[in-house]
Amino acid sequence: MKVKKAIRKSLNSLKTMVPILIGILLLVNLITVAFSDSYSKLFTGNYIRDSFIGALAGSVSFGIPVTSYIIGGELLKDGVSLLAVTAFILAWSTVGFAMLPLEISFLGKKFAIVRNIINFIFSIIIASIVVLILKIV
Amino acid sequence: MLNKLQLKKIPGTVKFLIGVLFIYGLIFFINKSLIISGIEKTYWMLLKIVPLLIFVLVIMIIVNLYVDSGKIKKHLGKESGFRGWIYAIIIGILISGPPYILYPMLKEFKENGMKNSLLAVFLYNRNVKIAFIPVMIYYFGLKFTIIISLAIILFSILNGLLIGFFVKDESLI
Repeated sequence: MKVKKAIRKSLNSLKTMVPILIGILLLVNLITVAFSDSYSKLFTGNYIRDSFIGALAGSVSFGIPVTSYIIGGELLKDGVSLLAVTAFILAWSTVGFAMLPLEISFLGKKFAIVRNIINFIFSIIIASIVVLILKIV
Repeated sequence: MLNKLQLKKIPGTVKFLIGVLFIYGLIFFINKSLIISGIEKTYWMLLKIVPLLIFVLVIMIIVNLYVDSGKIKKHLGKESGFRGWIYAIIIGILISGPPYILYPMLKEFKENGMKNSLLAVFLYNRNVKIAFIPVMIYYFGLKFTIIISLAIILFSILNGLLIGFFVKDESLI
């Protein structure tokens, strides 16, 4: 009886997730396919503005972190600053604007929104610290 | 056709999916190849996710069966203290899989007494991906990889403190 109850409870939790997960994946993949070649066009050459753009681009992107490393490596080759690229790869994995509806439905609205805002700001701060330390050591 | 009452009964999550499919339908008439690529990418992604979902389901059943709220409260709740932060960091680094797959499991933890701050620490440390470290070293170098990994771990604590301050435990759900 206890096992049945546990299975039912767990299945119900997952069932809530499936339609929104499929919807988000469809939406994000559509955006990713449409804009995959446009990342380097986003950056302006301005050190501070680019770190913000990097964090923003990373926040709306989606996929396994390795993808962000590859894109980041290409951006570096294109002359985009390390600060912007670091903010980009950090925001890619820590901020999930696309996944926000899913995070809200499971972990609560306030938690999801506050967490994503903090992570967005952190991606720029950590990127600055990492680049600064790299210059010193 | 669906009447208003039937439409109200459809869960918000299903309405969201219908909305996305509607967008796909509209764009299909403008750019067929874009839609096909989007569907293909989603299909392959879903295939990869299914085994993970099964794994998460098993974990959730185990949690529901054997992990009582007392244990979660003790190790990851208000009573956990310093040890709880260490657990959240280590588990966050070790557990793999996309965060959205883990949300249902984290909800179970939360309902059983896991603190908001430790939830945030757990999620932030998921970004120290041991499996991907060689790739990061290849693209950005060893020094960069060490510094950014340490920074993520340190900032996860600040992240948890801020979340704990702004989102009180009662207001999570």
